[in-house]
Amino acid sequence: MNVLTAVHLTRDVGSLKIVDDVSVEVRPEEVLAITGPSGSGKSSLLRLLNRLDEPTSGTVFLQNIDYREIPPRELRRKVGMVTQRPFLFPGTVYENVSFGPRQRGEEFSPSQAEELLTRVGLGGYAARDVTNLSGGEAQRVSVARALANSPIVLLLDEPTSALDEEAKAEVESLIRDIIRETHLTCIVVTHDTAQAARMATRLMTLQGGRVTGIGTVNEVLHA
Amino acid sequence: MLNRFFTTPLQLGLAQALAAATVAYAVVLLARRRKIHMESEAAIAMLRGLVQIIAVGSVLVIMLRAPRWTGAFLLAAMIVAAGATSAKRAKGVPGSFRVSTYSIACGAGSVIAIMTWLGVIDTAITALIPVGSMLIANAMNTNGLALNRFRSDVLAHNGEIETALALGADPRQSVAPYVQASFEASLIPAIDSLRSLGIVWIPGLMAGMLLSGSRPVYAAIYQFVVLAMIFAASGLTSLVSTLLIRTHAFTPAEQLLLRPGIAHSSVR
Repeated sequence: MNVLTAVHLTRDVGSLKIVDDVSVEVRPEEVLAITGPSGSGKSSLLRLLNRLDEPTSGTVFLQNIDYREIPPRELRRKVGMVTQRPFLFPGTVYENVSFGPRQRGEEFSPSQAEELLTRVGLGGYAARDVTNLSGGEAQRVSVARALANSPIVLLLDEPTSALDEEAKAEVESLIRDIIRETHLTCIVVTHDTAQAARMATRLMTLQGGRVTGIGTVNEVLHA
Repeated sequence: MLNRFFTTPLQLGLAQALAAATVAYAVVLLARRRKIHMESEAAIAMLRGLVQIIAVGSVLVIMLRAPRWTGAFLLAAMIVAAGATSAKRAKGVPGSFRVSTYSIACGAGSVIAIMTWLGVIDTAITALIPVGSMLIANAMNTNGLALNRFRSDVLAHNGEIETALALGADPRQSVAPYVQASFEASLIPAIDSLRSLGIVWIPGLMAGMLLSGSRPVYAAIYQFVVLAMIFAASGLTSLVSTLLIRTHAFTPAEQLLLRPGIAHSSVR
């Protein structure tokens, strides 16, 4: 069973088709990278997958259920997202990491948070104010915050592109480790094909909102 | 000086209006030197304001002979006009006209109704319309400030709001800090008016009552009454407006509508 299946997904903004008839199947535990030039519709496609935007036509099936039948908040818990910039909420690291579970009225204990923070290399950071974090640390908190929701699929929208070179390598390595350890199904948007090759098991290329290639990294890059 | 040259009340009034408008427009021209352009907007607003107030004055003269209940219709029309004016300060905010009109009707309308029922506002058209219009105008300004602040805060914090949504937050929760900031900011003028009453300014209504021979103490107390009613009307308007707009800012699928460059074709 596919974890996520996009069927003829299209989004028009005015007269412009920013995502044009995209169909793709994402299998369990795979990492699908989406690459393409700026304005090719990569991030727009990702926003359709967790329904932050509404498709003009087409739909997405999450574990064979049409996502329009899933309440939006439940859907977004299951389809987690890490954005280019971390957008941490004012407060402590713990408050950020426990944000998702708290929205559902669930307890997220400091020990659970500490366990997650240790996994992202920020053990002992729970009580820190987020204003004192570096860019790389903030993005790690953002990854931990998304993982705290126990998503079925994790969407990563250029998660390292806003970081300096050193932090970029650290965060990419961290994400690869987490994917390897947790067997989490991921969709990564990146404009960096080398990064896509390092992270992904399959690659999809977009141009003008349309799929121009899909297959294993080798198949697509050497086509 | 003007009364030396203009002898009839109409001539004098028009000359005074011209003098005041000239001073106001001088400020606009001064702003232009700093590359702040509001020449046409200010000119149209002044001309429109003058025509409107003369029209309302003329209507009031006619309505003085009309039954008292007709005042309710005039106030209702004022509320709709205030809703339309206020909504223009919130460009791009989905459903802003409807939200503004409901909020002003709820805020100013209910305060006018209660205060008229209690006898604080006289039901005579000459009292009901001027006092009622003061409440509606202030509610309109407060509503405009609230929506404008909400709009700019949401546009400036799209990332934070959508991050909260992406983590499964209730949309109302995701904009809660901006709703609160909008409410607080919109009430600053009303609070400052109350706070500085008598020290920084003596409002026009009190000055008018004094000129027409009312006892100074009663005029002063009534001015406080009017400002307290303005505060109540403005506060209730802003409260309703910010509560309504937070739901209008999202689609039924809990997607943020108020985003840069996104057209809002669907409005609930």
